[in-house]
Amino acid sequence: MTTMHDETEPVDVSDPRLTRFDIVKEGARRDEIEIVTYESQFHGTDSKAEKRVARNIALLFLLAGAAGLAFLGFYIWWPWEFELGDTLSDYYTPLLGISLAIALFGIGFAILAWAKKLLPHEVSIQQRHNGGSPAEQQTITGQTMLFVGEELGQGVQRRPLLKGAIAVGLAPLGLAVAAPLIGGLIENPHKDDPPFMFSTGYNPAHNGGKPVRLTREDGSPIRPDDVSTGGQMTVFPGIPGGATNEWADSPTLLIHLRPDDAALTRANANADPRNKDSMWGDYVAYSKICTHAGCPASLYEQQTNRLLCPCHQSQFLITRNAQPIFGPATRRLPMLPLTVDDEGFFVAVRDYKDTVGPDFWERP
Amino acid sequence: MKRRKVDLAQAPVTFAKGVDERYKAATPLRGLLNKVFPDHWSFLLGEIALFSFIILLLTGTFLTLFFDPSMKEVVYDGAYPALRGVPMSAAYESTLRLSFEVRGGLFLRQMHHWAALLFVAAIVVHMARIFFTGAFRKPREANWAIGVLLFLLGFLAGFTGYSLPDDGLSGTGLRIASAIMLSIPVAGTWISASIFGGEFPGHLIIGRFYIAHVLLIPAALLALISIHVGLVFVQKHTQWPGPGRTNTNVVGERMFPRYALKQGGFFMAVFGTVALMAGLFQINPIWLFGPYRASEVSSASQPDWYVMFMDGLVRLMPNWQIYIPIGEGYSIPPLFWPAVVGLGALTTIPMFYPWIEARRTKDKSIHNLLQRPRDNPERTGIGAMAFTFFIVATLSGGNDVIADKFHISLNAMTWAGRIGLLIGPPLAYFISVRICLGLQQHDRQVLAHGVETGIIRRLPNGQFIEVHQPLGPVDDHGHPIPLEYGGWVVPKKMNRVGALAPAIKGFFFPVEKPAEAPVSPGMPPVTAAEEREEITSGR
Repeated sequence: MTTMHDETEPVDVSDPRLTRFDIVKEGARRDEIEIVTYESQFHGTDSKAEKRVARNIALLFLLAGAAGLAFLGFYIWWPWEFELGDTLSDYYTPLLGISLAIALFGIGFAILAWAKKLLPHEVSIQQRHNGGSPAEQQTITGQTMLFVGEELGQGVQRRPLLKGAIAVGLAPLGLAVAAPLIGGLIENPHKDDPPFMFSTGYNPAHNGGKPVRLTREDGSPIRPDDVSTGGQMTVFPGIPGGATNEWADSPTLLIHLRPDDAALTRANANADPRNKDSMWGDYVAYSKICTHAGCPASLYEQQTNRLLCPCHQSQFLITRNAQPIFGPATRRLPMLPLTVDDEGFFVAVRDYKDTVGPDFWERP
Repeated sequence: MKRRKVDLAQAPVTFAKGVDERYKAATPLRGLLNKVFPDHWSFLLGEIALFSFIILLLTGTFLTLFFDPSMKEVVYDGAYPALRGVPMSAAYESTLRLSFEVRGGLFLRQMHHWAALLFVAAIVVHMARIFFTGAFRKPREANWAIGVLLFLLGFLAGFTGYSLPDDGLSGTGLRIASAIMLSIPVAGTWISASIFGGEFPGHLIIGRFYIAHVLLIPAALLALISIHVGLVFVQKHTQWPGPGRTNTNVVGERMFPRYALKQGGFFMAVFGTVALMAGLFQINPIWLFGPYRASEVSSASQPDWYVMFMDGLVRLMPNWQIYIPIGEGYSIPPLFWPAVVGLGALTTIPMFYPWIEARRTKDKSIHNLLQRPRDNPERTGIGAMAFTFFIVATLSGGNDVIADKFHISLNAMTWAGRIGLLIGPPLAYFISVRICLGLQQHDRQVLAHGVETGIIRRLPNGQFIEVHQPLGPVDDHGHPIPLEYGGWVVPKKMNRVGALAPAIKGFFFPVEKPAEAPVSPGMPPVTAAEEREEITSGR
């Protein structure tokens, strides 16, 4: 089978007796293709079956046209502007999708049916040539490349001055090209004092040296009575923009514990040198930013006194200095030292002692 | 004056001649028109990815005309009442405007997102096809590596696109991305600060991701896809074994007219599917998530499906932190292992698989014929192992949703994932290798003894035997001469060798139909022997 095309003689394409298909076959032969079968799928011309297929394909095209018109109609005339409640505009996108899909499926299936049912069946065999070029060609090209290399290489070898000069000349140029592309991007994370990884909006430095109040999202300060027993509230540093993403590490969870939980929490906190005396009454404040990947660890399980981070399910035990007790987090949530100022509002005694947010290399 | 006669019928000929005189196009054009492609449904999986990519370019260009990649804070005052008066970034605001106040904007946005999901899904399924059939073997190793790179680029394109609307979900994704960068030893804080332009989230990241998403990554994708498809053209497509098919030929159809027409129809069908999904299935309803705020997250925060495996690995990783007690002390957080080392390894090691396999089997020959997965049990086992790993990791990426919906303990889901990730893959390897060997054995059994007919014959001595229908010639005693395995489907039922007429006729195909050779039409794989031995019934 593989040698079949060699047996046939080349055809003179100017021969007027040849049909067009003969010339096509000759072209295929020159491309090393043997057209084994190319036969109509129907018996005879104008058969009933052929007419039926043609009719179906025409129908699909017409369906596509109708659906395309419907799409245009919906697009132009269907009410599309958003309104609340159950309105016709709710159906705008579905109608666009359905009508466009019908139009595209119509065209697609019409073309597929045409190709699969109407066009003759075909089996062709094309030769492929595995492996590389002829050995002679490989030799010639290889020698040419070696020649080029030698011309340049010998030149350098004979003139050692060039060798050094090229290295010394090209290396700085490469760096000079790369430097402005990359250099502008580089930011020193340690340039602020204190570096931003180690400080939050509760740092008194952001409030003119005064302790920072705990505020709601709208900036209003919080009295102890505002949080009921067993309740919790997300609080932000009371500085300009303190509740915005400018201070993405500052969101804090203020929890008013039940008395017996509070006693346990206080005992555990006071036993820890870094969290000692950080609670105020039965209130405790933990950073809301998970020490694993930085999501807000915001699911407060009141009954078990756990905080759960919904991103990767790290769980922290509130009564035990927010130690992680399950999941991928390794480090406890930092505790914000709390007190109440002269006017009776919560303030942070100072910034978090521990680093807030996900861990990194140089965290001491 | 004599009127100059213009022969309209000759105009195309004159034009074509003119073109050829200038560009010498006739011979290469004929080669292109004549190029033979083998045909099999599994060769079209890559096309789905290609067509999705075209849809992505079209819809994505439309989206850029309305999207404002800026993190400047604005106050919403648009058509969606629930968010009026809420401060948000211009990026989020413009995405809301695109969804509510641009005619057909939501439709095209959803089309873009669905096409993106389909793009990556098609890449994964296409890669599975290439892997399990050994299509990556010499001479196509480099094209496999390019394909793996394309997956990685698709992953990055998806992640950057997911981040752009700056809604609650995408901001959470960015936060995790920043944490992943921070986890890199030594340079972590520098990398994160450099990419975000300072502290997270900064004001630059949306603009930077935007240019990566609409220019850098698509340009790289376009270049690599061109090389990928170009290499398929130059090296010619692989084919299944079958009658007349050898390692040195391609059996199929010429590109024109039939093959190209089918491709066009298929493109329209893919396009239609994406349009239907975009119209009917809501995706990423950002107005429900609200603008990104560092203090807010909802439960069941899920990334797009192709990022879920990584999220799952991050969830399953035990909290092992490495402390280095030098100076003030340094640490490597557990996030580093699944997210940086894991993703790096999972996208680079597979790239080298063709060379690893060739080295192991000391196989230096050229392969243009595909292998059925059963014929290389070891490779199939490795593939099953990889997919089991991927599936366990992906399911773990949604383990909170599973725990919630099926009332399972969340911690139990995490432990099931941890254990499943360790014992699932080896188990999958063992099972799939056994299945492959069993299938091989059965193929050879049928080739040696023939097809089971279901007819039981009682011999004069009282013994019962089942009558087998030989698939080929028989020897003097009527025993079949064993046939050699050809690497393709062996008929195993009498219906498949034409013993019974199709049971059902009508709209659906008959239930049993002779196994089609992997060539489209015309060539039955097993020509039923003319002088087939009559089955003597046991009556």
